Amino acid sequence: MKPPLLEITDLSVAYQTDTGPVMALRGANLVARAGEVIGIVGESGCGKSTLAAAVMNLLPATAKVTGGAVRFLGQDILTLAPQAQRALRGTAMAMIFQDPMTAFNPVLTIGDHLVDFQHQSRAPYRAKLARARDQLALVGLSDPDVILRRYPHQLSGGMRQRVAIAAALLMNPQVLVADEPTTALDVTTEAQILHLLRNLRQTYQGTIVVISHHLGVVAELCDRVYVMYAGQVVEQAMVDDLFHAARHPYTRALLACDPASFPNLTPVLPTIPGRLPDLRDPPKGCSFAPRCALRSARCTVAPPWAQVSPSHGVLCHEVGA
Amino acid sequence: MPWPTSPRALKALLADPMGAMGLVLVSLFVIMALAAPILAPYDPLALNVRAKLQGLSWAHWLGTDQLGRDTLSRLIFGARTALSISVTATGIAGAIGLLLGLIAGYGPRWLDAVLVLVLDSVNALPMMMLALAIITVIGPGTFTLILVVVLVSIPSYARLIRAQTLSLRRAEFILAERAIGASTPRILLRHLLPNVLGPLVIVLSMDIPVVIMLEAGLSYLNLGVKPPMPSWGNVLYDGYTSIRTSPTLVIAAGAPLVLATLGFTFLGEGLRDALDPRLASTRPR
Repeated sequence: MKPPLLEITDLSVAYQTDTGPVMALRGANLVARAGEVIGIVGESGCGKSTLAAAVMNLLPATAKVTGGAVRFLGQDILTLAPQAQRALRGTAMAMIFQDPMTAFNPVLTIGDHLVDFQHQSRAPYRAKLARARDQLALVGLSDPDVILRRYPHQLSGGMRQRVAIAAALLMNPQVLVADEPTTALDVTTEAQILHLLRNLRQTYQGTIVVISHHLGVVAELCDRVYVMYAGQVVEQAMVDDLFHAARHPYTRALLACDPASFPNLTPVLPTIPGRLPDLRDPPKGCSFAPRCALRSARCTVAPPWAQVSPSHGVLCHEVGA
Repeated sequence: MPWPTSPRALKALLADPMGAMGLVLVSLFVIMALAAPILAPYDPLALNVRAKLQGLSWAHWLGTDQLGRDTLSRLIFGARTALSISVTATGIAGAIGLLLGLIAGYGPRWLDAVLVLVLDSVNALPMMMLALAIITVIGPGTFTLILVVVLVSIPSYARLIRAQTLSLRRAEFILAERAIGASTPRILLRHLLPNVLGPLVIVLSMDIPVVIMLEAGLSYLNLGVKPPMPSWGNVLYDGYTSIRTSPTLVIAAGAPLVLATLGFTFLGEGLRDALDPRLASTRPR
């Protein structure tokens, strides 16, 4: 087995608010190896984006890491000096943001951006510009020379997201974090970007972490999926196992709510009854218990992580072990 | 960022009738100020009591004042005074305000709080009172004028830049910069500065006429540029004292003030449109 490129162990993050700390992540674990595409799914507020920010160590000032580690090639990046962290970002790790409309500086041209993103390299300007042009061609933008002279607002959303992907891959990072890469796009563009990301997988050597609330995106792109609920990873499985043999009641409920799985039109979309627990005061036992159909007396105690197969784990009393 | 001197920005500026007019007016005043000794038909300080308070004539296009000094020459040299004081003062104030605003907007929260407190305190002082207090302490003159303008303008520039920076620091492209490992100076200078510079350039160019007016106003009160140094305010004052016998003097001194104000304001608005790549491409040609 290859050594993990990225390893998150027992990571806990709390946001400081006026009404007390909000436990956004509670002991999250994640392992990503080179060549793998990892998916992180869950509903809004489950901690996906916090996890993504923690991978890059770009948490906002109000967030505090209360425990755990984020290891890149065995080295805990949370404890690195700011200088060393900066050196890692952009060269070893890069990120694709959700909204391609706001991810570019409006007063710089695409060429300015792509040269600027290589600021950690000592190559001459012409070489950087040539590299930018190659990357634009790689992500399927015809006429890269014209694109280089354009301002961000002159490109469509799909083109900008392609440029964002080109930008993220400029320095050939080993870890690529894509935070909801297609959420802000329309479905046609989304399909094109997914197609592009899938093609990139064939040449890209590093690991991609895709964060999405869209099960279809995850099914299309990922090898392995982590399902998050209320700041915890509740299930981890290979993508086929997850969609065909999900174990955790939350994952099953989530799959049952996916409109793509309905054979017929329904007047009312199904939902999971109940609501997310208040993360200022998370429940002592299983956090999904209040909404769970399989709830039993045991669920008032924190459930253990149970491995149902070497590649499939679940955080549940009832279906695990 | 297309810089004001870039051919693209210049083209956009000239395509806009208002901007083009502003540029022409401002250029005229700049030429007037730079070439004053060549352009002025007389020495602005030369007295000629026999030719005092003359009306318009071929010898003195805009007449003379009560000491027989040629008004046109005094106004041409006055442009030099007005421009040098206003450009120097707004330039210094703009640079300091830009720096303070960036620090307050992007720096730690406590530093922001301290800076805002100081800036608000300065802002709370009535501008005229502060100007008069400083003039009383160190005496009237060019240096005093510049000092007053710098002191009273810094807060508004710094607040403008701070507000711009605050709204941009959370922008995703700044986060994207941090995600590729950009250092704080790099984010400030390469990414925030060009974004906030546009509004500042516009405000500065619109404030230059305000300073010209202030200079004229204080000089009119004999608290600004010391006579006999030519200044539009001084000429206006001389005209006022003899308004009943020779009204041409007041009109002649008021005209450059009005034209300079209009010119700089038009230029400011033209620059705003020309420097914003988003506006430039959407405006019909």
